[in-house]
Amino acid sequence: MHELIDYIQSYLDPRVTTTPGVAGNIFWATVYILLVFVGLSVAVIAMNWLERKILAHMQVRLGPMRVGPHGLLQPIADAIKLLFKEDIIPAEADKLVFWIAPFIVVLAAFTVFVVVPFGPTHAITDMNIGILFMLGVSSLSVLGIVTAGWASNSHYPLIGALRSSAQMVSYEVAMGLAVVSVIMMTSFHGIDTGLYGIGPAGAQESGTLSMIGIVLAQQEQGVWFIFKFFPLGLIGFFIFAIAMVAETNRAPFDLPEAESELTAGFHTEYSGFRWSLFFLAEYSAMIAVSSIAVTLWLGGWLRPFPGLHGPSIAIPYVWPPSDPSAPTGALDFVFALCPGIAFLLLGAMCFYNVRRMPKHPLFKIQTMGLAGFGAVLGLIGLILFVPPVRDRVSDIFWFAAKVAGFMYLYIWYRGTFPRYRFDQLMKVGWKVLLPTGLALLICTALFAMRVEVWYAVVVPLWQWSVSILHWLVSLL
Amino acid sequence: MTDPNTLSPLDLETPDKTFLDANELVINMGPQHPATHGVLRVILRLDGEKVMGLECVIGYLHRGVEKIAEHRTYTMFNPYVDRMDYVAAVSNGLGYCEAVEKLLSVEAPPRAQYIRVIMTELNRIASHQLWLGTHALDIGAITPLFYTFRDREEILKIFEKYCGARLTTHAFRIGGLQYEAYDGFEKDVKNFLAFFAPKIDEYEELLTTNRIWLERTKGVGTISGKDCIALGVTGPVLRASGVKWDIRKALPYANYKNFDFEIPTGQHGDTYDRYLVRMAEMRQSCRIIEQAVAGIPEGPIMAKVPKVMKPPVGEVYHSIEAPKGELGYFIVSDGSTQPYRIRVRPPSFVNLQALDVMCRGQLVADVIAVIGTLDIVLGEVDR
Repeated sequence: MHELIDYIQSYLDPRVTTTPGVAGNIFWATVYILLVFVGLSVAVIAMNWLERKILAHMQVRLGPMRVGPHGLLQPIADAIKLLFKEDIIPAEADKLVFWIAPFIVVLAAFTVFVVVPFGPTHAITDMNIGILFMLGVSSLSVLGIVTAGWASNSHYPLIGALRSSAQMVSYEVAMGLAVVSVIMMTSFHGIDTGLYGIGPAGAQESGTLSMIGIVLAQQEQGVWFIFKFFPLGLIGFFIFAIAMVAETNRAPFDLPEAESELTAGFHTEYSGFRWSLFFLAEYSAMIAVSSIAVTLWLGGWLRPFPGLHGPSIAIPYVWPPSDPSAPTGALDFVFALCPGIAFLLLGAMCFYNVRRMPKHPLFKIQTMGLAGFGAVLGLIGLILFVPPVRDRVSDIFWFAAKVAGFMYLYIWYRGTFPRYRFDQLMKVGWKVLLPTGLALLICTALFAMRVEVWYAVVVPLWQWSVSILHWLVSLL
Repeated sequence: MTDPNTLSPLDLETPDKTFLDANELVINMGPQHPATHGVLRVILRLDGEKVMGLECVIGYLHRGVEKIAEHRTYTMFNPYVDRMDYVAAVSNGLGYCEAVEKLLSVEAPPRAQYIRVIMTELNRIASHQLWLGTHALDIGAITPLFYTFRDREEILKIFEKYCGARLTTHAFRIGGLQYEAYDGFEKDVKNFLAFFAPKIDEYEELLTTNRIWLERTKGVGTISGKDCIALGVTGPVLRASGVKWDIRKALPYANYKNFDFEIPTGQHGDTYDRYLVRMAEMRQSCRIIEQAVAGIPEGPIMAKVPKVMKPPVGEVYHSIEAPKGELGYFIVSDGSTQPYRIRVRPPSFVNLQALDVMCRGQLVADVIAVIGTLDIVLGEVDR
């Protein structure tokens, strides 16, 4: 307990320099488990609201507007409704399996967060096989879906479950290949083509599977892996970005729950709280795979341009004050202010909307609520400017901001794309993503070798293929 | 795998014992299902996800419209026809009014004819918009639905201003119109045309070249022109199979022969061609409306029709090109004030027959796409 007290004191007293430990510390692990659980639930609730609002605005409608100002309390109202609904188990269902299935899915979706690093010191644990653990656990959720479909003892859920399992299994292969290419990137500095991916002397020489290690490798090499070995990192990122949408059964790959074909897919027979568990699992799985993508390709908790520091200035109130390793660049300072500015802007947006609320007396409570919400956001923004907080949570902010970007993509896909058919989905997985992933793996290996090999093999091959192409074109 | 073409008809009496121990799975889709456009029930026989055969069970929305007609006067029955194809009520009304007019040997005055054409073509656009939205929704694109409904609203506003109703309009009367076009009718219609032209491009931008849309619709639910004619399929479905048959041109009614427009046709008879044909039809409808609005003559809107209609003994068949295909009315008169028998030839009902032919050998997801592309309205199928 004294660790926690020390930690809290460290925000007030500059002499106390405690930071939360990471690996092997049961106490901090427990604290972070609680924080992650609460944070994730809040994120899912927020995501629910955001999805409905953003999708609504894409579709020229307003979305929830009645429960709370701009429907802010709608997800909470929904949660309450779901909790109080009757828990129906069909008479023909396999009761025990039916009962267990949603918990498997939720467990799988939540356990993944054990290894997600929200910052160098903000993680439940740092496993040396982190990414392997993540892929393994997240693929367990298919088990829950299959059992849910089977236990319902009904045709539509069965077909949905079969679709889902086939889909998740086949996209995991491509996903894995993309991940392996990143693991190869962590171990090599890359070829000196004069352009990309050169690490400083003494940078990590051997690869790592640890999630924190992967981000540290990006920091040391001074490049996000999405830009490393251009365009290989980008290709790997795209493979993963497509596969992760399929993995989480979201549009345009939402066949297992295609409402126009299978009513609701594998959770057709579920209702109330048990259904909401599937919902919770789906959204936390989305956040989980987005966190993998962010960690592997987008520099995890690193701010944009982690290598640039700008001119050295005296940053006001560095915390702790006598930390020699604290950054001193002007850019560092500017980026450190971003979290607070972001929250202040959100608060300002609330107040702007307060002015636009109808001036009718019936809207008084809603207007006040919106103003209160804006005030809370603004207050959080102000707290984020306080030096001890500013210097400690900016990494969480950048991580969350990147994940939020992915969440927006998910919503955007849903608003834009029609749904793939099952055979087409399989075709994309096996005939497009898998060969691309294999080629990517080989190319990454080639890129990652030394300069001599590069010039001995790849460049001639490239030149030959270009000349063959020229020859072919001349034939036309 | 069994050849889907050599299947015997479905045995509906035997209970489904195939669930666990055979390749075949019998699935009951509907009548309560989000994508069967109402209360259509489709019994699917599947091998995995492949459709080996299907059977439509209809009648869940049967209201006995044709029987009701035998106990109503000709005028009283007019509003009932709106309830058949309720998304294209104006077309239904036009077909019925013209059929009775044929029976009475009267003709609506030119001004009424023009207003009828404008209203009917507006309704065709509205019907196609509803088809596009729901069809895209079935295939998984949810956004076009809201776009089309937003724009359909403008048409419904014109209807509401004209006759007070938005959906089941009862816009026409036997012999002409009851209501004169309201002040600013022409302006409203012209405004709508200007507003709507870029909107079609907007829909097309979302779908026409969308990779997933192409994959989901090209080569899906293909039906040849020959099969279409054999099954009696009409409307955009027939035209997408390459048969240039449009009653507005073939057997002109109202005053369609005065307008210059084209009949869009497809080549492959697949879902994508039907989509393109309907999109082109919306543009053609705009052309017709444009010409009609420019040329509305002055004059009476009602022909001389007796207050108590007693058509001479005889029978008449009159068909029009409704948004969904050939809509025909066969009316038998025994000389009394009430029709002896009215038989409606609803396009949706006949087109629905093609579902089995179009779906065999395809996947479950394609059944949904094909139901959407047939553009059926169950109110019209069951009547």
